[in-house]
Amino acid sequence: MMYAAGLAGVAVTMLLILIRVLLGPTVYDRILGINLFGTKTVLVIALLAFLGGRTDYLDLALTYALINFIGTVAVLKFMQYGDLGWAGDVEDDSDV
Amino acid sequence: MTITASLALNFGMLVFLTAVALALARWRHLFPVAMLTGLFSLLSASLFTVLSAPDVALTEAAVGAGITTVLFLATFGLTRAREKPVEPSRRLIGLAVTVITGAILIYASLDMPHFGSPDTPVQQHPLRDKYLVDSQHEIHIPNTVTAVLGSYRGYDTLGEVAVVFTAGMGALMLLGRGRRGRRGRKRTKE
Repeated sequence: MMYAAGLAGVAVTMLLILIRVLLGPTVYDRILGINLFGTKTVLVIALLAFLGGRTDYLDLALTYALINFIGTVAVLKFMQYGDLGWAGDVEDDSDV
Repeated sequence: MTITASLALNFGMLVFLTAVALALARWRHLFPVAMLTGLFSLLSASLFTVLSAPDVALTEAAVGAGITTVLFLATFGLTRAREKPVEPSRRLIGLAVTVITGAILIYASLDMPHFGSPDTPVQQHPLRDKYLVDSQHEIHIPNTVTAVLGSYRGYDTLGEVAVVFTAGMGALMLLGRGRRGRRGRKRTKE
């Protein structure tokens, strides 16, 4: 019951975040919203794992957390430098 | 998990997916669109998790939310990140193709067996016991799908991984070349 209540709460926050992402006046609102949404997805999967008694889903939640982080870093790097860079021939410090 | 909770979750996820898909179709600036495709992919991955397909969810999250977003962004570094306006007549053609394809897919789904019905090949085929029961003793992997992917058809999976790795290397080389070319131009300008 506790997990179901938690799931409902996370679903409500997901709805609020989705509204912010869709309305969001600036790009930064959207990036932050999408990053948050990824975190909520991790929470949903963890709650589902305990609700259904299948704790092996927790690995999935961990993977999602990593992917979410990489995606956000890529987006922010693109915003900062205009492209994603190339690690092989770094001459200036713009990729560091 | 009770049936009602599962149903409510599925319904909520599908409503979210529809909202995101409508926004994807409406936005013309491609940078938020690329990020929103990542969100769409995360949502569909959680839908797969609700439907007890964690392996599909994992693939969807890694490919859809992870690699595809990064590849889109890297491509925007080479091209422009704004969609060209499309003539209304071509939009109508696109709408017609989408509606017809969707109708065919819905028609095809009518042939599928009901969810969890006992008289499908999945339940009745003699190989079912081999994979679902014997795999636990033979290779000690608790998840049957993982057992099939990683052990019973391991060579096939290895080939797939080689193909995906080659494709990823090719894409990375293409994207990296554009960056180098632009740098060279910048240097000659200076």
